[in-house]
Amino acid sequence: MALSAADRRLLAAIETGLPLVPRPFLVVGERIGLTEAEVIEGLRSLLARGVLRRLGIVVRHHELGYRANAMTVWDVPDEMVRDAAARLVALPFVTLCYRRPRRLPLWPYNLFCMIHGRDRARVEAEIEEATRAAGLMGLPRAVLFSRRRFKQQGARYTAGWPAQGEAGWTTSIAGS
Amino acid sequence: MATNLSGTEQRLVDEFQRDLPLVERPFAAVAERLGIDEATVLAMLGRLLADGVISRVGAVVEPHAAGWSTLAAMAVPDWALPQIADFVSSFPEVNHNYEREHHLNLWFVVTAPSPERVRQVLATIEYRTGVPVLDLPLEEAFRLDLGFRLQWH
Repeated sequence: MALSAADRRLLAAIETGLPLVPRPFLVVGERIGLTEAEVIEGLRSLLARGVLRRLGIVVRHHELGYRANAMTVWDVPDEMVRDAAARLVALPFVTLCYRRPRRLPLWPYNLFCMIHGRDRARVEAEIEEATRAAGLMGLPRAVLFSRRRFKQQGARYTAGWPAQGEAGWTTSIAGS
Repeated sequence: MATNLSGTEQRLVDEFQRDLPLVERPFAAVAERLGIDEATVLAMLGRLLADGVISRVGAVVEPHAAGWSTLAAMAVPDWALPQIADFVSSFPEVNHNYEREHHLNLWFVVTAPSPERVRQVLATIEYRTGVPVLDLPLEEAFRLDLGFRLQWH
């Protein structure tokens, strides 16, 4: 989807988050020469076009006690992937689910499913439930719990954008 | 610990992960829904931000709508992991970087304005560390949303 220069300016202006003031859209507009109404309309349009997945509070799950974070992967025949994924995302505890390429011989898995939880034993039980619910028993599987977190921040897109401001902006992409 | 949130703070964090009201005074609209006042909402958000419970009030961009990203993995010997992880984290394009329980033990996300720049970062990491880097870009998303309902205990 094509982004205009105006879209990029607006994305860059909210990169590190909205200012916590009574009229944040007015302040954002003042930075980039837009009226408050233009900022609100611009954000509405970015949401409607699907450039923005959501606008709101971005939580740091680790700090809220979500420390049992498991990436479960399966090697699923390509023609079965969509059906299996549809069953996985129907489970309330599956937070992310996507298909990525295999890289043989090192990495034979193509279906990824993330579960963020507080308790490892509970997450392990949920992984078994997900495997059964999606009909993936008996297929090659690996469970990769996270161990150490070296870095976690919002994603940066604007470095190198023509209309970039002085600071790189950070906006996280959902579960990339 | 950050889980010591008041009931109102829990509702604020849980209920406004999406659909921040697009009105002139969004925090006043949030306050009204929570039965408190605007100044209290702003003070709460400031504290949650300072405590690191939230990273911002702002936008989450759709993957590949505004640039390119990939998930990358490396099999790093344990003795070299801290140094290599620090080197990987030193790239501004790397936003998540985790150790995971697997032979492929270092997993990170690279995000940049273009696929070329993403590939350049991966190539640089591979060249400088001598460890192969697997490039696992998103091919199809079935659910990609970390704005899920929170469980408080």
